[in-house]
Amino acid sequence: MELILETLGLAESAQLLSLSPPGWGANLLRGLVNSLKIAFGAFGFGLLIGLFGAYGKLYGGPVLRDLLAIYTTVIRAVPELVLILILYYVGTDLINKASSALGYGRIEISGVVAGIWVLGIVQGAYSIEVLRGAIQAVPPGQIEAARAFGMPPIMTMWRVTIPAMMSFATPGLANLWLIATKDTALLAIVGFSELTLETRQAASSTRAYFTFFLAAGALYLIVTLCSGVVFAWIEKWARRGQPSLREDRT
Amino acid sequence: MPTAASAEPSPEPDTLGEAIQVEDLHKSFGSLEVLKGVSLNARKGDVVAIIGGSGSGKSTMLRCINFLETPTSGKITIDGEQIEMNADGSPANRRQIERIRTRLAMVFQQFNLWTHRTLLENVIEVPVHVLKVSRAEAIAQARVLLDRVGLGDKADTFPAYLSGGQQQRAAIARALAVDPNVMLFDEPTSALDPELVGEVLTVIRDLAAEGRTMLLVTHEMKFAREVANHVVYLFEGRIEEQGPPAEVFGNPQSARLKQFLSSVA
Repeated sequence: MELILETLGLAESAQLLSLSPPGWGANLLRGLVNSLKIAFGAFGFGLLIGLFGAYGKLYGGPVLRDLLAIYTTVIRAVPELVLILILYYVGTDLINKASSALGYGRIEISGVVAGIWVLGIVQGAYSIEVLRGAIQAVPPGQIEAARAFGMPPIMTMWRVTIPAMMSFATPGLANLWLIATKDTALLAIVGFSELTLETRQAASSTRAYFTFFLAAGALYLIVTLCSGVVFAWIEKWARRGQPSLREDRT
Repeated sequence: MPTAASAEPSPEPDTLGEAIQVEDLHKSFGSLEVLKGVSLNARKGDVVAIIGGSGSGKSTMLRCINFLETPTSGKITIDGEQIEMNADGSPANRRQIERIRTRLAMVFQQFNLWTHRTLLENVIEVPVHVLKVSRAEAIAQARVLLDRVGLGDKADTFPAYLSGGQQQRAAIARALAVDPNVMLFDEPTSALDPELVGEVLTVIRDLAAEGRTMLLVTHEMKFAREVANHVVYLFEGRIEEQGPPAEVFGNPQSARLKQFLSSVA
């Protein structure tokens, strides 16, 4: 192994990337874990906003619909980097104002929580539209059948609408998840030590920019590939009962 | 023309209670008034066929009975229990309407099976989740029902892999699984290929013969004449003529009904 690395001229890179000091591999992995934590949280938070928002947009009153329209329009209009700066500073500022008003001092806000909240708000706007489209794609007869048999609205949502819309929503949600993993990199701007910031620190300390950014790129790629496998599985499950377009119907 | 034979399936009227009473039902879509005051009574064991041209309001009437469509005004009483309505016609008591709906099983023109569930899962869905029957009991009953409609070997198949006739028979099994007091059939054979109509009608005929109360919106005149004990002819949102099938089909009074029957014959 070492011999191969030596002959390829990669011995130095391997040493820089090793998990134990003086290698920076552990820092990169710690950054990756933070990135994934935020991506997971933000995606989940976004889904929650998306589900309620989509139902609100479809079935809510005029005021709720207008508010949601403003939310999705504004969030999707403003560049994410700008949103992150706004939401991060506004959010932390509001919390600190509230805490000092209540007589507590400044509180330190966890980077992970702040990241989830900021990216979750962004993800939510896109999720609303993905889920709204998916809900509308469910054949109305399926929901009507549930109503006709006396299913209460919430049960109809869980037992009929959500399972039936999953096959329409999965491709869009897979996109959103991948965007979430990469948007975590934008949090570097507010000094949160996710993968990109860790990489930059490692690179600037060692001057091995190429090595570290290539390694970070590879880590993002691995995440994407694994996500692809997971989402393919989810999609297969969500499409159960629907004949594939490729195989012959029997 | 056979006359007396068709009235036979009718049970003795006064010994059994009223299953459905519809009084002065109105329904408008925007400025278009689809139902202009329809009244209808069905006793337990009645098979009422509702016929009429397209746009006559027959499906709308059926869908108003379980409030899939909100009536504009009128009164609907199921098994002696009047459905509470707001001034705008919407059901005033969600729990009441949900409870009543579980007793009014509906079979749709487009089957409306839940496509992400197998036939067995479709049939047990309402008993298990709405009526809170134990899962094992519901499955046992569902297998009996699927056998009965001739789909016992398709229990684990998804609806999309079945023919229209098979899907509609499964939908009937799903409706039977709630042991309904009244079955509402909304043009159950209209979406089927002609060669598949027979298998569905056979199932419905059996149900009629065992004394199930049914409201049947249909275009199958021969079938209506054979299974129904009361036929209602709707024209432009009003009941133009009604009576025993022998009368309605054999001796129509109104010119419109005569014309309608000659056009579908």
